[in-house]
Order: sequence, then structure tokens, then C-alpha cells
Amino acid sequence: MKIGALKESQSGENRVAITPASAGYLGKLGYEVHVESGAGAAAGFSDDDYRGAGVTVDGSASDLIGVVDVVAKVRPPEDGEIDQMREGQTLISHFYPAQNAELLERARERGITAIAMDMVPRISRAQKMDALSSMANIAGYRAVIEAANNFGRFFTGQVTAAGKVPPAKVLIVGAGVAGLAAIGTATSLGAQVYAFDVRPEVAEQIESMGAEFVYLDFSEAQTDGAATGGYAAPSSPEFREAQLKKFRELAPDMDIVITTALIPGRAAPVLWTKDMIEAMKPGSVIVDLAAEKGGNSELTIPDEKHVTENGVTIIGYTDFPSRMAAQSSELYGNNIRHFMTDLTPGKDGQLVQNMEDDVIRGATVVHDHDVTWPPPPPKIAAIAAQKPKEKPKELTPEERKAQEAAAFKAETRQQYMLLGGGAILLLLIGLVAPASFMSHFIVFVLACFVGFKVIWNVAHSLHTPLMAITNAISSIIILGALMQIGSGSWLVVVLAAAAVLMAGVNIFGGFMVTRRMLAMFQKS
Amino acid sequence: MEYGFTTAAYVVASILFILSLGGLSGQESAKRAIWYGIVGMALAVLATLFGPGAGNWVLSVIMIAIGGSIGWVIAKRVQMTEMPQLVAAMHSLVGLAAVFVGFNAQLDLGRVLSAKAAGAVEGFRGFAEVLTHKTPAELNMLQIEVFLGVFIGAVTFTGSIVAFGKLAGKIDGKPKKLPGGHMLNATAAALSLILGLLYIGDMGPSVFWLILIAALAGFIGWHLIMGIGGADMPVVVSMLNSYSGWAAAAIGFTLSNDLLIVTGALVGSSGAILSYIMCKAMNRNFVSVILGGFGGETGPAMEIEGEQIAIDAEGVASALNEADEVIIVPGYGMAVAQAQQAVSELTRKLRAAGKNVRFAIHPVAGRLPGHMNVLLAEAKVPYDIVMEMDEINEDFPSTDVVIVIGSNDIVNPAAQDDPNSPIAGMPVLEVWKAKNVFVSKRGQGTGYSGIENPLFYKENTRMFYGDAKDSVNALLPMID
Repeated sequence: MKIGALKESQSGENRVAITPASAGYLGKLGYEVHVESGAGAAAGFSDDDYRGAGVTVDGSASDLIGVVDVVAKVRPPEDGEIDQMREGQTLISHFYPAQNAELLERARERGITAIAMDMVPRISRAQKMDALSSMANIAGYRAVIEAANNFGRFFTGQVTAAGKVPPAKVLIVGAGVAGLAAIGTATSLGAQVYAFDVRPEVAEQIESMGAEFVYLDFSEAQTDGAATGGYAAPSSPEFREAQLKKFRELAPDMDIVITTALIPGRAAPVLWTKDMIEAMKPGSVIVDLAAEKGGNSELTIPDEKHVTENGVTIIGYTDFPSRMAAQSSELYGNNIRHFMTDLTPGKDGQLVQNMEDDVIRGATVVHDHDVTWPPPPPKIAAIAAQKPKEKPKELTPEERKAQEAAAFKAETRQQYMLLGGGAILLLLIGLVAPASFMSHFIVFVLACFVGFKVIWNVAHSLHTPLMAITNAISSIIILGALMQIGSGSWLVVVLAAAAVLMAGVNIFGGFMVTRRMLAMFQKS
Repeated sequence: MEYGFTTAAYVVASILFILSLGGLSGQESAKRAIWYGIVGMALAVLATLFGPGAGNWVLSVIMIAIGGSIGWVIAKRVQMTEMPQLVAAMHSLVGLAAVFVGFNAQLDLGRVLSAKAAGAVEGFRGFAEVLTHKTPAELNMLQIEVFLGVFIGAVTFTGSIVAFGKLAGKIDGKPKKLPGGHMLNATAAALSLILGLLYIGDMGPSVFWLILIAALAGFIGWHLIMGIGGADMPVVVSMLNSYSGWAAAAIGFTLSNDLLIVTGALVGSSGAILSYIMCKAMNRNFVSVILGGFGGETGPAMEIEGEQIAIDAEGVASALNEADEVIIVPGYGMAVAQAQQAVSELTRKLRAAGKNVRFAIHPVAGRLPGHMNVLLAEAKVPYDIVMEMDEINEDFPSTDVVIVIGSNDIVNPAAQDDPNSPIAGMPVLEVWKAKNVFVSKRGQGTGYSGIENPLFYKENTRMFYGDAKDSVNALLPMID
């Protein structure tokens, strides 16, 4: 079958759905790859690059749609593009079915199969085709770069001959993929990064990226993200109040604020209100990654950058991935080719629309004259529900002292009991056993004691040599045999001689092999 | 005069033995410690040869020479992977020697007693002469000691032979029990106790009772170890090590020889501590290990989701080339495949490329305590990059690549996640926290204990199927 990528028709969109590199992989899957002439130009891939990768370059969109079986795009299709498609063709692109009911209907009438890259379910197996994640990652990175570009200072703190520079303070609101990428970028630029998220389970991820998690003093139990497939859920008004209060506290200190808070299927929550913006220092920068959905900041103007009266720059661009078109095309192209791999189980260039497969089912929004969105919940839960973590209770010094004292007491009691029991046992033995035995018994008990003390210190790595050497010295039994070998009885002599022989094997074998082993241990 | 000299030699020898064991606390001091052991042993043997009670020392020297050369040759030739078998075999020799010495004591005692009855106590030499001076109470005590020495010695002897067979692959490693199970053992133990009482009470033919006791104890040793699976062998071997020590100590009491007592006690406690450490590392009760088999399951095991994803050498190599932090987790499979040289070469190449390569050793990896350390040392892996579980477990989250070579249960996350797992609560190496885990394994089987391992199904785990040695060798040319 043939697969082809259209040139994006929306102005300002620089990405392309198939790159020369991903075309190679698609070719390996058995597909013949086409692109529309000039499709990759804005992302830095010329038609010749594509030809070099074995891709056929078609002159116009209609030519391409006419020949291929699968059409790949980045943005949702325009009406004109859908109208050119024929029954049974497959379209892979972003679709946003929740906002584009009309488009869904049009696709259904046409009888095409539409696969929405933004609907790939969030399960582990599908991560490699999750376009939302790969694009969010880029957006997070780019948000920091844009912020740095508009921020008139260093990110990193320095002590220079000309004076001391404090590090920039960055607050990231919403620690999804974009938020985490932004944390990583900002920390590696040297900023002091704080991050907030309504899902408490991401605190660990935030801290692992090097940022400080902003804790809310709020007692209400919070839903973790597991119930909603890893996305945030709307929070209660009380919680929201507590959250805003915290932000108000932080606002005067922050140099950069990057907001990424989105709730699936809703307008972005307003988290950075006008009074917070007013409280910020002049020269501060706000980057609102939620601008497309209305923005987290109250004064965001989508697709624009503007400066408020008090000198705060607010960036409301919605095309961050497109601003890094080469990189984002590369990743989006990979997302597409991974999806095609799943759609082509035989690797023979034949597309199989397996609606039993969780990933394919979830992403398919129109199929066979039927709107198949929204999909049924996937069979596998996306993320295992977080086990409630038991936090070891912080002990007050008194409690700790009491606990230590109790432990010490218990230990003492145990030792007393052991000693007492041992003493009684010894006395009992002493009552019946002859004196000569007792003198040996003392030696025995002391030797056990010394043995326990000494062996505990042996290094774990030397346990095998320890066994070999104890083996060798346990052949001390040879002494017994040597004392008996001089006896008069021939039977005794034979047995003793055999025992000497065996012990001899052990003595020499044991020591030799231990030496061999120990000689091997070398320091680097 | 002579006696004083021998005792002095014994004192020196005991101190040398203690120093020798104590020296094993570090790799460098261990190289010195071994000489303490050798000198101590030489001193002890010489002092005994020239001391009281010894005779016929021409025969003694000949026997030592023969035995010594056999031991020498074996020690020279043995492969490091065969260490567990060798240790087990050596335990059996000590056990048998203890049995013989015990019998001799009884035989001499019989002769002395009959001579005493006839009124002639002169003309005895060696050990028999010592016996002539004993009081009846002491003689009773002596019989108890002989009984203990023979019993423990015989258990050690047959048990070690079975352990040897299992470790050498000559006997099937799966647990096997005769019908009746532990009842048989208990019956045999009770029977030998009764026989022991008969023997100590001087009722009936003493030597015959002793032979029966030895036979019964031999059966117990055989049956007990037959019922224990291959994965529990580290405990078994250290337990037998302990027994061989206790047998020597019991014989020491019989012969009133303090050096034997001291040494036996040292070896006995050493083995006991090793067994304890091994049991703790498996979070299992010593008794349950010895009685064989895993404890009853408390419920169905957790369902495992996902699939095992295979990877080829190229994939592993490229991940290794990109990694900075690498940890290798070797197990018994590495020993079986004799892969330690290849692993060492891989380590050398990775380190030369500036990567931080370390080894994580679980206390029960392999079939002998410390087995992996010896194998890696043999392959010239420096010991300072070979870490214990507690030293390295916290470092897995910051590790790029973990290579698991031939180990299974010791990296099983079910031990932590699944309270119903047979190994629940066993401390394990948390390899799954690393970014990538590659598992070198022969096939999709479940390994020795038959426990399903969720690690193999994890998102960041890739299965690198094939013989460990071939797999690692295939990697070598691709590392730059």
C-alpha cells in the first residue's frame, strides 16, 4: 500500500508528518512512501532529501490524495482535504474529536477511516506513538527557551568579578510531560525551579528532575491521576482557594512562571490571576502553554506576546512545537511510523484495522461509516492505582528516647535471659558431668564465643574462601587419628590410617584452594 | 615435659586459627591470614606426631603424604565454577574421618575395658593408654561424645555426598523425598537415640549399636539433603560446614584434646553464621530450608501483565554504548555457562570507555556463599567494583543499564510487591528501578524455584535470550 504526507495547509505550521528518516522505516514495513512537494521545506527537509530516501514526490495535494491509501498529516484536516478523499482511505493526524464534531461527521459521510494521533491511549505500550507527549515535551523545552529569550537576566547564579548574580526563580505550574520537560530545561540552565501539581503522586517525579515541589497545606484527600488515565481532574473550590493563596505568596518572588495546567475536555483553569501578575516584578516572564484552551493566566492573549503595564511579559504562543519544526517533525514522524507498525502486523505493507487492539481502537475516531469516538475504556488500566504510602511518623525527641530506652531494656532483658538460661544449663551439666569434661567444656564454650565474634567480621565476598579454609582446619580431626594410629589393634590402625589419609587430602586441598582463590582477588 | 610442649603448641595453633579466620575480614589481610592457618596446622600436626599418644609415625607420615598429594592435585586442577562441589566433597571427608575416629575410640575402649577386667593395664600405647586412667563416669561421658561424634559425622558424610552429587549435576537437583517424608527422618533419629542410650548404658554389643547408629545417621543425612532443592544449596553447604565442625568438636571431647574442641567450635560457629546469613538473605526460616521446599502459598500469585520483549545483541550494545552507569547482576547461570571471562572482558571494555561499571552480588547468588565473588575474582574483575546488595541497592534508580546474567529469584520484584509470592519479603536487588534492564537468559522458563518473575514483563526490561557466554561474547565486538 501507499502512504503519503500532505503539506500542512494551516499558516504558521512548519511541521511535516513524514521525514526522510521515518520514510525509511515505513519503507521497511512494506509501504511505498509519497510526500507532497515542499511538504518538509519549512522543517528543513527538501524534496531532494525525500527523493534520496526513496520517497516519491507528488506535485500537489490532490495528486497525492489520488494515489495513496493512507494520508498522514500533523494538524486536523481542512474541509477541502477531506472532500478530496475517497471511501476506504485512512487519515492519520491530530483530530481533537471533542472540538470537531462537524469534521467527524464529514469524515463519516466520506467513509474514510480517521485515526487521531491525539487520542492514542496513555498505556505503556502506546508511549512510542503518543504524539501529545512527544509534542508536549518539545513545548516544555521551548517554553523555557522563549522565557529566557524574553528575560533580561541570567538563569544561573554567578559570582563574577563585576558582582554577584542571583539565580532566576522559575515556577512551573502543572507537571505533565510539558511541565517536566520545562523543569529539566530550566534546572539545566541553572535556575532555581519550583513546581506545583494537583496530583500529589508527581511530587517524586518533580523532585527527581531537580525542582522543589510546592506543597499545599490542605487536608482534603486528593484524587490521584490514576483514575483519569494520568491526567489531572478538576479540583474542589476549597482546594482551588488554597492553591491560589499559595500562588499569591509565591508571585512576588518568581522571575519566570510557566503554566501548563490542562484538564482534558475543558477550558484551561485560570490559576494565575490578574493580582498575581500585578504583584510580579517588572521584567518577569509568564509563558502560558495552555493559551490554546484560553490560558491559565488571566491576561494571556492566545498566539501573542505582550507586556503588561507593570512590565511583565506574557507569552501566549500556541505553536511551540512548530517553532522547532525539524525536531518535532522527527518525533511526530516516529510517532506515526510506530503507529503504522502496529497497524501493519505482517510488515507486508498491508494495513489491518484491528478494532480489538486497545491502542488502535482508542485512536480510531471514524471507521467504516461510523463515528467510533469516544472509545470504550481500554482493557488495561493505564496506570496502576498508587498504593497509599505510609509515611513513617516523625517522632518527637522524647518519643524517640523512650523507644530507644525500651529497645535497650528489651535487649538487656534478652541478654539476661540468655545468660541466665545458659548458666543454669551449665550448672545442670556440671552436676552430672565429671570435672575433666567441664574443663574442656569451658574451652568449647569460649571457642564458640570467639568464633561467633570473629566470623561476623568476615567480608561477604570472602565467604567461599572462608568455607574452604574452615574446611581445611576442620581436618584438625587428623590429630585424633594420629593419636590412635599407634594403637595395638590392627583394625584401629587401619581406620585411623584411612582417617589420616582423608584429613590429609583436606588439609592440603583446603589450604591450597583457599590460597588460589585469595590470590585472585585484585584491586583495580 | 613432652606433654607441656604439645599443649603449648596447641595454644599457639588455636590462636593462629582464630587469627586466620579473623583475617578474612578484608581481601588483603586474607592473603596473610591463610599463612596463619597453614602454620597453625603444621604446628598442630608436628606437635601431635612428637607428642604423647602418637605412635607409628612412619605410617602417619606416609598417609599424610599420600593424602596431601591427592589434595594438592585436586586443588590445582579444580575449576572455580566447581568450588561448591569441592567444598561439599571435602565436608564428606571430614565427616567420614570423624566417624572412623569415633569408632576407633570405641574399639580402643573395648580393648582397654576387657584388659582391665583381666587385670592387665600395662602395655597400651597411644590413645588407649589415656583411656586406662579414666574413671567410670568419665567413660560414660566419653561414650556420649563418641555417640555424638559418630552421629554428626555420619550425617555430614552422606549429606555432603548428596550435596556434592547435586552440585556436580550427578544427582537431579529437584527435591525428592521417600514416601513418609520427614516422618522417616524423625523415626530414624528417634531410633538412633534409643540405640545411643543402649550403647551408653553398655547394654548389648556396643560396636554393633554404633554401626547401626552410623547407618541410621547416614540415612538421615542422605534423605534430608535429597529433599532440598538446588537453589537452597548455599544454606545446605554452610550447614554441612557447621556440622563438620561440631563433629570435630565432639571428637575433641572424646579424645580430651582442646585444640580439636577449639577448632571444631570455630568451624561450627562459622558454618552456623553463614547459614544464618544465607537464610536471612532469602527471608526464610532455617528450619523451613532444612525441612525442604518452600512454605505453603497463602493465595494466588499476582497476575502479571505485559509480555516478554526480546532484544538482540545490537540493541544491548547500543544501550551500553550510550550508558554511563552500568551494573551487572550475575547469578548461577553465569557460573553454569562459564561466562565470567567474557563478562570480565566486557567490563574491561566498558571501563576503558569511561563508564562506571559495577557488580551487584546478592548474598545467595550462586550455589555457595560468596561464589560469585570468587568467579569474578578468577576472571580478574577487581574486587572494589564488586558490591554487596546493601551497598548498591540504592543506586539502581540512577543507573542507565542493568545486565542480569543468569539470575532470577534474587531480582524478582514479586518479593516486594506480591504478599502471596513464595519469596515474599526476601530482600532482592531492585534492578527494575534502573532505566534499562537486560536479562540474559537461556529461554522463557521460570528458573530453579519455578516462580514467575514479573521483572521479565516490565516495560523497561528486554530479554536477551541465549547462552550467557555466547551472548556476552556477541556483545564484545560492538562495544567501542
